[in-house]
Amino acid sequence: MTLGLGPAEWQIVGLSLQIAVWAIMASLPLAVLVALALARGQFWGREVLNIAVHLPLVLPPVVTGYLLLILFGAQGPLGQFFETVFGLTFAFRWTGAALACGIMAFPLMVRAIRLALEAVDPKLEEAAATLGASRVRIFATVTLPLMLPGILAGTILGFAKALGEFGATITFVSNIPGQTQTIPTAIYSLLQVPGQEGAALRLILISIALSAGALIASEWMARGMAKRVRGT
Amino acid sequence: MSVHLSFRHRFPDMELALSCTIPNGVTAFFGPSGAGKTSVLRVIAGLETPDEGVIEIGTHRVLDTDAKINVPTAARRIGYVFQEPRLFPHLSVAANLRYGQARSTTRALPLGFDDLVTLLGLDALLDRRPATLSGGEGQRVALGRALLSSPDLLLMDEPLSALDARRKAELLPYFERLRDQLGLPILYVSHDVAEVTRLADTIVLMEKGQMRNIGPAAEIIAGGETGSQISRDLAGAILNVTIAGHDPVDGLTEARIGRQPIWLPGQVGVAGNQLRVRLDARDVMLMREAPQGISALNVLPVTVVSIGAGPGSGALVRLDHQGQILVARVTKRSVRALALEPGMPLHAIVKSMSVTPERVGTG
Repeated sequence: MTLGLGPAEWQIVGLSLQIAVWAIMASLPLAVLVALALARGQFWGREVLNIAVHLPLVLPPVVTGYLLLILFGAQGPLGQFFETVFGLTFAFRWTGAALACGIMAFPLMVRAIRLALEAVDPKLEEAAATLGASRVRIFATVTLPLMLPGILAGTILGFAKALGEFGATITFVSNIPGQTQTIPTAIYSLLQVPGQEGAALRLILISIALSAGALIASEWMARGMAKRVRGT
Repeated sequence: MSVHLSFRHRFPDMELALSCTIPNGVTAFFGPSGAGKTSVLRVIAGLETPDEGVIEIGTHRVLDTDAKINVPTAARRIGYVFQEPRLFPHLSVAANLRYGQARSTTRALPLGFDDLVTLLGLDALLDRRPATLSGGEGQRVALGRALLSSPDLLLMDEPLSALDARRKAELLPYFERLRDQLGLPILYVSHDVAEVTRLADTIVLMEKGQMRNIGPAAEIIAGGETGSQISRDLAGAILNVTIAGHDPVDGLTEARIGRQPIWLPGQVGVAGNQLRVRLDARDVMLMREAPQGISALNVLPVTVVSIGAGPGSGALVRLDHQGQILVARVTKRSVRALALEPGMPLHAIVKSMSVTPERVGTG
């Protein structure tokens, strides 16, 4: 079954999923750490971190994309660092698209995870400490399991955001078919050419289906998990 | 094993200062709310750090602010039962119970997992989730969980205060059994006279962050020494009764403990209601023979549990009536004249009119 999609369109969908999955997998551990630091940490620069994390949410995406280009481009300081140390190139590659999507989805994930963390009753962590559990064990056996529904909701929300990211991606890594072309940038290209409305429509329907599916899955899983955590 | 405490801590609204050595057995911290009783337990557990002080649990120095020693909670080897069960909602009852077992043990618990589960009546609950437990069941699991972590010292912060009278009555026997079987020092915070009277070996009276008195329970309850307000508060008992009916002609309420009627003045509650009736120790009289032709309506058969004599002229006699504790304050001369001794059957006489409305609470 091909749903009326050609190989080029399947490739676009596949690449979009690949980019979004990598973007979320790479940023999730960092998002948990940042949420922890913001919710529980008492350190100098906490407000600065808070603003830096949330900036992509309010900046015009084209600005975020341009900043990425300057920092992570072939000539950018971080771009050269990753190139020489890890052999990882971002500029005009799918990895760059994943980086852009990850950064755009990051504030949404941090917010959801932070809310989940703040909902964990510190009294339970106190109780765990009186039972002899170290801080690491308390986090792994009490805090983290109780946060899981929130982490999951944040992850799926971030994933949907990454799938739909347009402005920062097209600014940073352009719109190269087979390389960096995702569903939104492909739709954009198709709409620029007369007579391609049919192809665009197919991608639009796919986009709606993926987004709605992600939202439904997130609701369903979060509800099931919250139920398991509450034990009812 | 004893616990040595000496610390002070300034809160915004109160200064907490305490210096005492707590012997083995159950020590109750008794005082009005806001006296700082809970803060004492939190400081001992390491959940709060006082401004200055020293705390030793046995030979284990867990806090010494001068020497910069502050052992973290997890390494203090204490068990803590909070006001609410604080069970981990994502774990089964069995997993909750075993949570603290990972702690390496220096001190073997005289009871294993299975023994404790039986003692606390938890067999049927092991596969359940905390959300499905009643308050009393949850608190029993919390107690078992704390004990299975092999603590050197058990801290209990009003563990019964969130429960209704019936659940309390259900749980107290478990506490008594543990007290008698574990040989573990227990610090018990409460403002409930009945609990303190029933459980404590030693009582620490607290008021406004300060220790007012410490001593054997019988002496403190007898209150001969200080005669302060809080020790007078303590000299009494609370009876849990069920309303059986009303006598509109005489304006009385008939309550019962088991089949034993207790007449209360006024028309209180509705039949079937649970009530808590506080009896002051000085309102209870004792007789060896069943009295005849007496104006007092309530004559309860009781057994002497213990006799505590303070340095003054009074003595406090703890009495058992169907498992509930009554306290009678009598003179030392009467103790001699009646030749009172533990185990002796007596009749306790309570004037109905001494049970004023503020002494009757809902169960």
